[in-house]
Amino acid sequence: MTPPQEGMLPAPGAWGRLLRRRLAVASLMVIVVIYGAGILAPWLAPHSFREIDLANTFAGPSLEHPLGTDRLGRDVLSRLMWSAQTTVIISASSLLLGGLLWGTGLGLLAGYLGGRVDNIIMRLGDILASLPDILLLLIITATVRPRVTDFFRDVERWTGLEGIVESGAPDYILVFAALSLFGWVGMARIVRSQVLALRESEYVLAARALGASSLHIILRHLLPNVSHLMVVAATQLLGTAAGAEVVLSFLGIGIQPPHPSFGSMIFEAAGPRNMLAHPHLIFAPAAVVGALLMAFSFLGDALNDALSPRRR
Amino acid sequence: MGRDQLWSYILRRLLWIPFILLTVSLVTFALGRFGPGDPVRVLAGQRADLETIQRIRQERGLDDNFFVQYARYLRGIFRGDLGISFKYYGLPVTEVVLPRLWVTFQYNLAALVLIFALGIPAGIWAATQQGTWRDPLIMGTLLALAALPAVLVVPLLQYIFSLRLGWLPTGGWEVREFFGWLEVGLFSKTIVLPMLALGLPGAAGVARLTRAQTLEVLEEDYVRTARAKGLRERVVLMRHVLRNALLPLATLMGFAMAALLSGSIILETLLGIPGIGSYAFEAVFARDYDGIMAIVLIAATAFVVANLVVDIAYAFIDPRVRLEGKPQS
Repeated sequence: MTPPQEGMLPAPGAWGRLLRRRLAVASLMVIVVIYGAGILAPWLAPHSFREIDLANTFAGPSLEHPLGTDRLGRDVLSRLMWSAQTTVIISASSLLLGGLLWGTGLGLLAGYLGGRVDNIIMRLGDILASLPDILLLLIITATVRPRVTDFFRDVERWTGLEGIVESGAPDYILVFAALSLFGWVGMARIVRSQVLALRESEYVLAARALGASSLHIILRHLLPNVSHLMVVAATQLLGTAAGAEVVLSFLGIGIQPPHPSFGSMIFEAAGPRNMLAHPHLIFAPAAVVGALLMAFSFLGDALNDALSPRRR
Repeated sequence: MGRDQLWSYILRRLLWIPFILLTVSLVTFALGRFGPGDPVRVLAGQRADLETIQRIRQERGLDDNFFVQYARYLRGIFRGDLGISFKYYGLPVTEVVLPRLWVTFQYNLAALVLIFALGIPAGIWAATQQGTWRDPLIMGTLLALAALPAVLVVPLLQYIFSLRLGWLPTGGWEVREFFGWLEVGLFSKTIVLPMLALGLPGAAGVARLTRAQTLEVLEEDYVRTARAKGLRERVVLMRHVLRNALLPLATLMGFAMAALLSGSIILETLLGIPGIGSYAFEAVFARDYDGIMAIVLIAATAFVVANLVVDIAYAFIDPRVRLEGKPQS
């Protein structure tokens, strides 16, 4: 996401206002650190996420394992970093597919074409938004998972490629596809309302008078003018997707072990007996997830304040 | 906006509800029927022979055409028959779901009370402290709490209140019986954890709205008049500000209630509460088709009705609200 250029913003100096909000900057730093750790996990993590050391289970902090080890002797710090990678993969791909592709695409279509297309798209969004998403995600991932896994087994057989299922890729695809199914509504609403307002503006009329095609008008004139609002929606979407992945993996229907996720780490360490005996095993992942979700929340809030002058 | 317009708006919205519910039920029905796993095998147990399985399939009509099954299901709904639970050995779904809804309803109600009891004073206080460090501190704290999912909040509360302090049980659901049939869990210690887990994060929304409303009302002329008359600040707040600021909050109630339902899956699974959320989790894994359908339909109805009530209430409370501008869902 590149910052929109100054001239396109409805409120000049928005980025300066944002920077003045120290909390927003701190949040941004938290997000950058956690996402950075996730992206660089293959190089930075001291151990592999599946390296089991049964002689050294439930170890406390040491030089070898700065955050100790879990019930299988796996390094907690490394698993945290690999879990962050899972978060990065899921939230970024949900943003690309659900937010940018579905959300922006459908929002532009609905706003620009109007009429029946607009009606169908936005009513569909209303239905999706009026449902409890966790419940539906639960049902979808639980019922569709075996089919998806079978499909990738077939793909392996046809192409001769091995290790697709082993790599956990089907899980990742299933989770972000399911999240994208629900994630587009917010983005589409924002884009649509902005396009509706801009459609009748003079420069769009002028472009049309010059003979510009609809596609040209959408890409060149409308899209750049909604991009600042898309940043707000994108921040929210990243946070929601990251949180939803944790919840799904916690329930055992997201990313499957041995592939690491904050959700499954929390699940393994939850329960009164585990928490009493080894509190660090649950508080380490919980603290990272908590910090990340709070950061997204604060950043979204600050962006909203800075970018939409109406709500200041 | 005229009365006629309002009624036609309400009518349009009402007509839209069955359509939403039909779509939702059809999709859920299809997901259940085309999903993998065979509930009959779960029901019949591992040693069941093929003949028994065939017999059960026929009894339940599972071999019929998909649309025949769906139509039969819809007919059943209108007779108050939500089908039969696979998970709970042939009990009617209504008998499984209703007691569990009652359990979920009780702690949701308690959480709702906490949300408003905490959110309204916090919001007003933050508004009066605007410009000092206290306003961002309290709002930031609440916003931070609101960002945390139940997966994080529940273990944290368990650790603090049950394991470290030993004040509360780590989970479960205890009831006291009234009149020999009414099981009420409101007076037991077991309700405190779910109430806190839902209520603390939920208070942020109410506090934020209260703060915004209060700030708006504080600018009004009649507040300045009241102050100019020499009324004490507390009286101005209670008499003039609070009354006008809280009106929109009434509408938040219905929506909050419906939104709380979706948090219950994690919460109940973690705390071992026999409510609708833990049943949802069990039902999905036991391929309890009819149970899943019932839960989704109940949740969808709650959401849709709450949305409708909120919009209509807004229109009644604040005549300036233009309904045409909103999506007519």
